[in-house]
Amino acid sequence: MKRTLVATLLVALPVLAACGTESTKQSAGDGDAADARRVAVESSDDACGLSGTEAPAGTLTFNVANSGSEVTEFYLLAEDGLQIVAEVENVGPQSTKPLTTQVPAGNYVTACKPGMKGEGIRADFVVTESDAADVTADDQELIDQAQDNYAAYVEDQSAQLLVKTGEFVDLYKSGDDDAARTLYADARTHWERIETVAESFGDLDPKMDAREADLAPGEKWTGWHLIEKDLWPARAEGYQALTDKQRATYADDLLANTETLDGRIQELTYTIDEIANGSRGLLEEVASGKVTGEEEYWSRTDLYDFQANVDGAKVGFEGVKPILEQKDPDLAEQLQARFDELEVLLDAQRAGGGFTLYDEIEQDEIKALSDAVNALSEPLSRLTAAVLA
Amino acid sequence: MTEPTAHPVSRRRLLGGGVAAAGIVAGAGAFAAGRLTESDPAGAASRPASYAFRGDHQSGITTPAQDRLHFAAFDVLATADRDDLVELLKAWTAAAERMTRGEPAGEIGPVEGATNLPPDDTGEAIGLPASGLTITFGFGPSLFRDADGKDRFGLADRRPEALEELPHFPADVIDAGRSGGALCIQACADDPQVAVHAIRNLARIGFGTVSVRWSQLGFGRTSTTSTSQSTPRNLFGFKDGTANVKAEEADALDEHVWVDGSDDQAWLAGGSYLVARRINMRIETWDRQPLGDQEMFVGRSKGEGAPLSGGKEFTEPDFDMGGSNNEPIIPTDAHVRVVHPDANNGVRMLRRGYNFVDGSDPLGGLDAGLFFIAYVRDPRTQFIPMQLAMSRQDALMEYLKFTSSAIFAVPPGVRAGEYVGQSVFA
Repeated sequence: MKRTLVATLLVALPVLAACGTESTKQSAGDGDAADARRVAVESSDDACGLSGTEAPAGTLTFNVANSGSEVTEFYLLAEDGLQIVAEVENVGPQSTKPLTTQVPAGNYVTACKPGMKGEGIRADFVVTESDAADVTADDQELIDQAQDNYAAYVEDQSAQLLVKTGEFVDLYKSGDDDAARTLYADARTHWERIETVAESFGDLDPKMDAREADLAPGEKWTGWHLIEKDLWPARAEGYQALTDKQRATYADDLLANTETLDGRIQELTYTIDEIANGSRGLLEEVASGKVTGEEEYWSRTDLYDFQANVDGAKVGFEGVKPILEQKDPDLAEQLQARFDELEVLLDAQRAGGGFTLYDEIEQDEIKALSDAVNALSEPLSRLTAAVLA
Repeated sequence: MTEPTAHPVSRRRLLGGGVAAAGIVAGAGAFAAGRLTESDPAGAASRPASYAFRGDHQSGITTPAQDRLHFAAFDVLATADRDDLVELLKAWTAAAERMTRGEPAGEIGPVEGATNLPPDDTGEAIGLPASGLTITFGFGPSLFRDADGKDRFGLADRRPEALEELPHFPADVIDAGRSGGALCIQACADDPQVAVHAIRNLARIGFGTVSVRWSQLGFGRTSTTSTSQSTPRNLFGFKDGTANVKAEEADALDEHVWVDGSDDQAWLAGGSYLVARRINMRIETWDRQPLGDQEMFVGRSKGEGAPLSGGKEFTEPDFDMGGSNNEPIIPTDAHVRVVHPDANNGVRMLRRGYNFVDGSDPLGGLDAGLFFIAYVRDPRTQFIPMQLAMSRQDALMEYLKFTSSAIFAVPPGVRAGEYVGQSVFA
């Protein structure tokens, strides 16, 4: 149902590259130097024209215009012509895309790659020493650490999801509904913490997490929310409880899909921008489904999912925080403060080892939670670009 | 609209109210002039001040899309019968024809009648020009057979087969209270007050026979129905309706919009089907998406509106063009690809959508989006498969929520001496 991570995978950029609108940083008071750091690139079918072959160190913007008939790419490569410093992909014919990236002084190679084939049309490019060149040292170690930690976190949550889903379906199949209801939100916490990863599998997500309204006529409904409705049928009109046999079918199906998910998660690795985008994506999930009480329509346990999404977002943020603290300490501080503010509001809703049910939260409290989500989500939407800057 | 004529001296006037009333009239005129110059400065001035109500087709379909909309759906009261319905359609025809000429809804006018009677026009359009007003009528499925299957008006054998309530689509969160309806009226104008005035007066005429079920205001047309217009933007900030069927494409209109006499019911020949869908946009979440992601969801650039495969706004998208990572440059779930005729058996629609903002929701988010209106020759082969594909595959769905849904058969144009929808009662 959801495509957040899929979409971010498509725009995944190599570390240190950033593709976006022109940086606001470079206009900060360095006048002519800013212009010197803007390079126009014209990529035709058989040529790669740059407005200059030299620029001062700092934030450089290559404005890549494709005047050819095929899709093109532009690369800034290290002196060896092998290591990619920054790149911009998918510049369509007659279109323009900027590539903004921080570059320390040194010798480089530029390359246009019309048709995205071969080694491209290459030329030398020199970045000279500059006062404004506040380029940090190689932070590859921080990046590697963040990537390893995040992969370990996702694997751990998936493992816990698998164990608790197994317990949950056993309780449900055996008719111990009270115990199943108690475990429902707890088990889903592990799904919600890694939701952007879990739902990136377009075949599994609809089978596991679809709500009734997500279906087209004639489509079969399976997964968590079908069982949720069977356990909390109070809001359903004329609901026909599932038979023991049906219960077993849907329960086994959910567990089998969870096993498949867990198997696939073992294979995944994450780039730094995927981690940062995942953090943003999880807050989006909160804003569109949890804070509105739409996700857990039958059980009203939306706040459990809310907390779990925030947990996952915070892990993503904390993973890239050491990098962010070097590149944009103000943003790091702001995000930390806004996460804390949201946590305070969520803590106020804790009740008996869990959370207040959605129906029992006062409207002004929901509004305050929503305001806090917006307050956090706005700066969070700048996280990826800041980490990649 | 005619100027107010001399009044008999009334109690109110003697008490000084007349002076105040005259002031309001003058003020309204000045206010109107101000708004007209503001709205659509490029388009409005070059367009005719009024459109003919009568013709082969109803106006308000291929008419260059005006900037404002008031759309209303009606139920027929349990007490009303076939004769009441015919009487109402005759009264609506007369009032609509007058109003599209810039005249009052009633024969007498807002301030020309007896002072001991309520006026036959509500008066908020005094001094306003016709403002390009078009009024378009439609018949819903329940007019032919009600929810209980009853043929209340002897029209059951006249129901076109394509006129069926729309199915539930994935991710629909439909509010029944603002969906469906036995009759609908679409009023479009360059001035919101003129559009609202039209619906208000037609609803008033209908009291006793029909009741308003729901209505929707729209501003900022989000499509282009004529090549004379530039492409407007929706609330996501993207150009919308670039590939719309346009009034100048006569063959395409015959193929995709106008019902043919051989299609189904002869009475509907020259008419069309109107599909209305209220699409809430998750504005705040959308606004946090990186520009590159927004462009990939849509499949076009935000500035120029060009397809990601390159060129200018009206360059045909190249869906086969390869991009990085062995993915096409226009992603497989991009909106422009999913709804393109190439992916939908070549079918097209004439869209006439409007932006709407109904204030804010309880959480402070904009209750806003696109009030989608499409005219099609057969919803079963055009709208329904396209909406199903969109619901299942379109990357934009993450940011949309469908909150209202309705379908109507739009009778052919009203010819001299006829009333709207006359052919169905013949």
